[in-house]
Parts: sequence; structure tokens; C-alpha cells
Amino acid sequence: MTTMMAILIGCLYAAAIYMMLRRSMVKLLIGLILLSNAANLLIFTVAGLERGVPPLIAKGAETVVGGSADPLAQALILTAIVIGFGVLAFAVVLLHRAYEVIRTDDMNEMKGTD
Amino acid sequence: MLNVVLSIFLLACIAPHLYRLLGKHTGLVLALLPATLFIYFASQLSAVSQGQPLLQSWPWFPGLGIQLSFMLDGLSLLFALLITGIGTFILCYAGQYLQGHPALGRFFLFLLSFMGAMLGLVLSDNLITLFVFWELTTVSSFMLIGFNHEDSESRQKAHQGLMVTVLGGLALMTGLIMLGMAAGSYQLSDVLQQDLTGHSLYLPMLILILLGAFTKSAQTPFHFWLPNAMAAPTPVSAYLHSATMVKAGVYLLARLQPSLGGSEVWLLTLSAVGALTMLTGIFLASRATGIKKVLAYSTVMALGTLTMLLGLGTEKAALAAVTFLLAHALYKGALFMIAGILDHEAGIKDFEKASGLRKLMPRTTLVAVVAALSLAGVIPLFGFVGKELLLEAVLSGSQWQLGLTAATVLANIFVVLVAALLAIKPWFGQALPTPKPAHDPGWQMLAGPAVLATLGLIFGLLPMLPDQYLLNAAATAVYGQPISGYLALWHGINLPLMLSLGSLVLGLLLFRFWQPWRKLTAVVETLSKAGPEAGYNKLMAALVSFAAWQTRVLQNGYLRNYLLTTMATVVLLVGWAMLRLEHFELNWQFSDVRVQEAVIFLVLLTTIISAVVLNSFLGVVALLGALGFAVALIYVFFSAVDVGITQVLVETITVLLLVLVLYRLPEFRRLSSTAHRARDALIAIASGTVITLLILLVTASRSMEGIAWYFLEKSVPEGYGRNVVNVILVDFRALDTLGEIFVLALVAIGVYAMVHLRTGAKPVTNADKRLTAEQKRQQSVKGEL
Amino acid sequence: MSRQFNMRSLILSTGTTIILPLLLLFSLFLLLRGHNEPGGGFIGGLVAAAAIALKLFADDYPSAKALLRVHPLQLVGIGLALAALSSLPSLLVGDNFFTAQWWTLPLPIFGELKLSTPLIFDIGVFLGVIGTVLTVIFTLVEAEH
Repeated sequence: MTTMMAILIGCLYAAAIYMMLRRSMVKLLIGLILLSNAANLLIFTVAGLERGVPPLIAKGAETVVGGSADPLAQALILTAIVIGFGVLAFAVVLLHRAYEVIRTDDMNEMKGTD
Repeated sequence: MLNVVLSIFLLACIAPHLYRLLGKHTGLVLALLPATLFIYFASQLSAVSQGQPLLQSWPWFPGLGIQLSFMLDGLSLLFALLITGIGTFILCYAGQYLQGHPALGRFFLFLLSFMGAMLGLVLSDNLITLFVFWELTTVSSFMLIGFNHEDSESRQKAHQGLMVTVLGGLALMTGLIMLGMAAGSYQLSDVLQQDLTGHSLYLPMLILILLGAFTKSAQTPFHFWLPNAMAAPTPVSAYLHSATMVKAGVYLLARLQPSLGGSEVWLLTLSAVGALTMLTGIFLASRATGIKKVLAYSTVMALGTLTMLLGLGTEKAALAAVTFLLAHALYKGALFMIAGILDHEAGIKDFEKASGLRKLMPRTTLVAVVAALSLAGVIPLFGFVGKELLLEAVLSGSQWQLGLTAATVLANIFVVLVAALLAIKPWFGQALPTPKPAHDPGWQMLAGPAVLATLGLIFGLLPMLPDQYLLNAAATAVYGQPISGYLALWHGINLPLMLSLGSLVLGLLLFRFWQPWRKLTAVVETLSKAGPEAGYNKLMAALVSFAAWQTRVLQNGYLRNYLLTTMATVVLLVGWAMLRLEHFELNWQFSDVRVQEAVIFLVLLTTIISAVVLNSFLGVVALLGALGFAVALIYVFFSAVDVGITQVLVETITVLLLVLVLYRLPEFRRLSSTAHRARDALIAIASGTVITLLILLVTASRSMEGIAWYFLEKSVPEGYGRNVVNVILVDFRALDTLGEIFVLALVAIGVYAMVHLRTGAKPVTNADKRLTAEQKRQQSVKGEL
Repeated sequence: MSRQFNMRSLILSTGTTIILPLLLLFSLFLLLRGHNEPGGGFIGGLVAAAAIALKLFADDYPSAKALLRVHPLQLVGIGLALAALSSLPSLLVGDNFFTAQWWTLPLPIFGELKLSTPLIFDIGVFLGVIGTVLTVIFTLVEAEH
């Protein structure tokens, strides 16, 4: 499964980078979304993929019985998702404002304006 | 000794406030501290002269072996006494010299900071501490040279001094680190026990340390910054640029002489550069007419002489160096302060306009003459003792004794000229009208030069006084072994005396023909256009244009160019590293894939590809939503319930957000050429491939146990929670989470500010935009009708 | 944008009226049980924010704003303050900064109530997330008016 995930993440990264290399700011935004998904999945995969063993401890037990997925990686990804959303929200509003003022999303044309 | 240094910095911090409180008496009150410290250091004289250096140490960065350690031996004590002693007079002097200056409080702050830094520098027993104080003197000197910062010339000269000394400082840092590595310790007292001339790092570290010392002590070809530093107020010139800071380089050379000195390179470089500096300095001094300029150039000459003596490295040279250093500090400090008095009380800055002030300023004249006689090396002043020793040291020196002696005698002739200028020109002869009514200054300004000049006389008559208590110990520290020589006023009629007398006569003759001499040598004015200062200016201009060029090329303002460069570098470096791996095993395995996972995989792949090629924003938003939900499913499949839920919710809100701005945004356009697209696609695919390989590599070779078990075990007993992910978020790593919600808050404030707080010119365009939007709406309504 | 909001659907509007309280209650439920079961401040906050956004789409901006009563930026501030303050009780007791503190309050009918600084912290996260998401959405909507 790791192999498949690795291919998937590679594709996500490739798509994200390609989109971020475009001149349109909208596409840059799309690239950003793809990139944050790719990064989250990367951490998730590298921490180890385990089926059906969430890091939840049964009632009354002291610790998990018989293996568990890595809770630390999950906590990291959870915050990363929310932060990614924050960055995206900021970028969306920025794009919105920039477009409102400059009337273009071409970053070549934007560069000249202050 | 830590307290000594700290007390000065502390006083520096409160000096501006004290000034507000005490007004014009601040200088006198502040001078109490260096005076007290002078007494403290003086009380150490007898112990140190018996050869017991005082060592004190406090751990600073114990992990790096950096200690705040101090050492007081003969050499440090000599400097410490000069710094506190002259500092006391300078503070009194400055209080009156700059009386009523609006920024006097700030001036005291800088001056005291400098004093603290300089003391720290000469007392440090640790190479790193020494370097830190070294740089602090540079910075405070910059502040003081540029004190009149409204004046652009003053700023430019401060900048020049800073650049030259900081570049040297950078070299010095590297050199000191090498020195520490070579000696195996950063403690000076350890370093000095070793002779490092045979070490493999000797040459590079010597070159770097010499660069630092030469720039600081204004050796040719770096001598040009020192006369320019005269833009500072005169008390600063008297203190920093004659008596203390510029001697920091000489101090460093003297300090390190026991470990680094004695080699052929040391001898050659130091005596050659020193002699060259000596001649350049005094020649330029003989041509200048500004009083401070003449003094500055003659200081360059003195620094060259000291360097030359340290290069010789003999017992006599060590003794001569410390004696010359003390004598120079005494008369040069006094003469600088007198130059300030001439400016302050008579408005005279130039020798050509000064004449016949003897009657109007009798006391100043007396002090000036005594100090200048010491400079000229006339018996029975201390300068004479210094000069005799200098000549003796040069004569008994190495294989180049003839050349060095000739240079020294030549320099001495010009020194006599400069001394005669200072002793005769402004005071005797016909009285000229002065810009200000000339009169003697108040005692605060005259006390310093008077005491220094008198000391020059006393030490000349009783040379055993400084010798026994101070100079012998200082020379011992420089030489590394006990010194047998001693100071005396009268050595009998010998070669040095004859040379001294000869230079005196020739110098006076030259004084008689000063103006013709200046005309004769006017040709150097044109030469100086190609001198080191011109080189410095060219270098700075080249640096600026290089910076502009590289900013244009590298920071061109296009995000995608940065990204392209970054990704290309990553691909190349990581790819190269992977190719070099010995065990490059990839674990290709598809057998453990379940059906539902394979379906998700295919869905995701299709989504990604369509998102790249699709040409409609709405379509892409829908695809991104699908992608997000599919990723959430992956999280859920692989035991990350909380992450999955969060992903679903965030994805929902993201789509919502995109839809909100959707209709405002333009249609997708094809902006890049096909060639660009191909290039970008290539880089993107290469990056993706590298990342895929990297993941496979990393997951196949996990060698360390993670720290997950810790959280799994401690969650219930210590966090009282059964959802380990949540316990990590709100308990174990709560500080991280706090930081995260701060970021979210920043996003909220940023977004709010972007839309609601509009400034300046924007409202107009917005109104326009709104208007056009309104018109469009109306048109569309019409169209619908 | 006003065009979009004018297209009000009766079904959506009515449905929202019924679902909204349930969603908000559910978000609180997620928040409180987060320490032991899937949930927590982030998830609860996102659910609550999504619920209010639903109200915005189903009815209109003023009614969504009225539902919240305070400005979402104020929620962000309160959330941050709660989260930051929850680090302090540990200092009063003499523990390290941010060490979790637990208090058990006996309640006559329900048995006992467990209060803790992580809970306060999580409530801070909850409010911070609601505040941020709604600030962004409200701001974008306002920009259209």
C-alpha cells in the first residue's frame, strides 16, 4: 500500500508544482491546495500506514492493546490541515482583493503595480 | 573585573537620564566612575608588577566552552589604566566641549559604551569574548564618528570606518576560531602557553588575524579611515582615535606575540607594513594643514612604529613598544585635546590661520609646548626615553636593521617637523585675528592635557617609576619571558643619541621651509586619487552594483522563478544523493492493496489529472472537493479518525469559500507558451518522481523507533484522556497548538484588515469598480428584461 | 453575490431552522467528548462554523450575523485569551508552565464534574476556529455588498 501511496503523493506534488508554476494566480491557489494535501499525505505515509487501529484507548484500559497508528503524526496532520485552511483563506481573500483592484490575475501584469 | 566592565555599561545606559537630571555637570559626575576604576586598577599595580596576573572567570556558554573570563597582567593593566585615566579627563573635557549640544546625553551613552567595550577587550581572557568586545568597540566608534549625523559627510566617514574595521573584524573572527582550534582552547592564558608557529593552520590564521589588527590599527593600506574619522567631535578623536581604540589592533598583536610571533613571516610582514605605515603616516602629516588631520596622520605613524617594533619581537623591541605606547598616549591625548581647545576657544582648525596666540592663551601654550616637546623626543621628556629605546631596538634588530633604522630616522625628522608645528606655529609669531575671541579654556578642559603633559615630564625625569610598576610587566607579557632591560633617561653619548640629535636639527630646518616643502610635494595630491581610499570607493561602488545585479537576477519578483530554481535544485541534489546510495532498494509492493483502496487511488489519480487540464474554475473547484473527500477516506481507512473528520469539514468550508469568490474571478486563460509549459511539466514530473522515490526509500529503511509509544502509554495515566490525538493537541503539545491558533487569529485579522481597512488612493478605484459593477448589473438586468 | 443570496430556497431555509440547533448542539458534544472519543476543539469548531455558514446560505447575511450576536473577531480574541490563560494555573500551583491541572467538582445529581485546563484550552481552540472561519466568510460576503 505504501508503494501506491508514494505514487499518489508523487503525482499530487507534480500537479501542485505544475499549477504553482503558472502565471495565473488562481492556478497558483489551486496548486497550493494540492500541495497542502500532498504534504499531509506525505507525513501520514512516512509515519506508517496501519489499518483499523486508531489511537483510541478502550474505556477502563491503561493503554492500547495490540498496536496503534502513530498518534503524533495524526496530531501534526490535524493541525496542518487547519493551518493549510488558514493560509488558503488568506490567499483567497488576497486574490479577491488583488483582482478587484488590478483587474487581472496574471502575475506578470501584477508585478508592475504596487 | 566583570563588575568593572558591567558598571560602565550600566552607567552608559543611565547616562542620558542623568544628563536630563544634572545638566551641564553630567560630564564631571560621570567621570567619577572611570576615576574610581583607575584607582582600582592602580591598586593592582604592585601585585601585577610582581608577575601575578589576576584571573577571573564566569561561565557564559558552558556548552561551547565560551567563558566570560578576564585576565589582568602587565599589558592589560597598562591599557586599562590608559582607558580609565584618559577616559576620566575626556568625560570632564567633553562635558564642557559639547556643552549645550542637544544630543549630549546620547554622546555620553556612546562614549561610556565604548569605554566599557574597550576595557572588556583588553581584560578578556577568552578569544570569543575578546572578539565580542572588539566588535562592540567598532560599533560604538561608528556611532561616535557619525555623532553629527545630520551632516552627510560625517555619516559617510562613519560608514567608511565601520566598513573597513568590520571587514577586518570578520577576518579576525575566522582567525581567532582557527587559533582556538589550533591551541585546543579558547582561553588566552592557555593559548599563550603554546608556540603555534609550527602549526599547519599557522599561515592562514596569521593572515586573518593580521587583517583584523591592521584594519583596526589603520596600517597601510587601510590607513585612510583614521584621518577621516576626525569627523567625530574632538574628545572622541582624542580618546578613540589616538589613545585607545586604534591601539586595539596593536594590543592584539602584542597579546598574541608569545604564541604567533618569532616566525619569519611575522617578522617580515609586521616590520615591513609597520615601517611603510610609519613613513606614509608621517609624510602625509607633514603635508596636511588641518590641526586634527596632522595629529591623525602622526597617529598613523605611531601605530606603524608600534607594529614594526612588535614585528622585531626582541626583548628590547618589546620594552620599546610598551614605552613608546605609553609616551604616545600621554602626549597625543594632550595634543588632541589642545586641538579641541583651539577650535572651541579660538575657532581655529587650521595651522595656516593660527599664529601668535601665546599672549591670549598662556596656559594652553605652556601645556602644548610641553606635550609637543615630548612628541619631538626632546630630553628630558618621556618621549625622549621612548625614542631612544625605539632607535636602540631598531639598531640591534635583525638583518634589515639598516633599512629599518633609516626609515625610523627619516620618520623622526618629520615627527620633529610636526612637533614644531604644534609647539610653535599657533602660539608664537605675529598675532592673527581669530574667528572667536581667543582665551584660555575652563579648568575642565585644560586639566586633561595639563595632567597628561606633566606626566610626560615626570616619567621622563623619573623613568624608573613607570618602568618598575608597569612597563616591565607589560613588556614581559609581550615578550613572553621576563625582561632584563630597564628604562633610563641618560644612556650616555651613543649612536641613538646622535641620530636623535641629527633628526632634531633636520626637522627644525624642515619646519623653517614648511610651505616650500608642501609646494614641492604637491604632486602627491594627484597621486592620492589612485590611492587606497580611491580603491575603497571603487570597491564599494562595485559591491553596490553587484548587489543590484544579483537582486535583479535572483530576486526578480516572479514567484514561479523562485519555485523553479528551488525545485530544480532539490531534484538535482536529492537525486544525486540517491544515486550515490550504496543500497538503493525500493520495496515495490502492490499485493497488500485492498479493493476499496485501489478504487480511491484511481479516483484520486483521475481527479488530479483533470484538475490540471480542466479549463473551468467551477469544474476545478468541484474536483478539488472530490479530491479532499477522497483523501479524507484514506485517513479513515488508515486509522486516523480525527484527521478524516477534520479533512471533511475543512474541505466543505474550502469549497464554500471558493464558491463565494468564484464568480468574481476571471476565466482561465492560456498565458504561457508551449515551451514554458513543457519545461514546467518536466520540472514538476521530476519533482514528483523524486518525492515518490524518497518516500519508498524512507519507509523501507526506518531504523529508529518513533516516539509514539510514549504518548500511547502516558495518555490515560497522565493526560486522563482516551483519544490520544486530542490529548497530544491540548495537553502534551498544547504550546504548539496555542501557536497554531495564534496563526489562525492572524489570518482572521489579516483578512479583516485587507477588506475593511483601506488606505489612501484605493477608495477611489474601489468606488470606480463598484460603479462599473453596478452598471454591469444594470445592463444584465436590462438584458434579462 | 446578492443575487445568490436572493435565491432563497424554502426547503433549505426551513430545513436549516430545524437542523441548525442540532448542529450547534452536536458541535458542543464533539468538543466535550473530544478528550476520549474522536472530536475536540478543532472538529467541534469547524462543525459550528459550518452550521452558521449554512444559515448564511439558507437565509441571509444579517440573520447569520444576528445568530452569532458578537463579531467573529471577538470570538477569536476570547478563544486566544482562554487558551493562553489555561497555561497559567499550573504556575500558581508551582508546576511547569502549561502543566495540565484537573479539578473534580462534586455535583449532587450527576455525580461529579471533571474540570481541567486542557478542557479550557480546547474551548479556546473551539472559539478560535469558529471565529477565524466566520471572519473569513463574513468578510468575503461583506466585500460584495
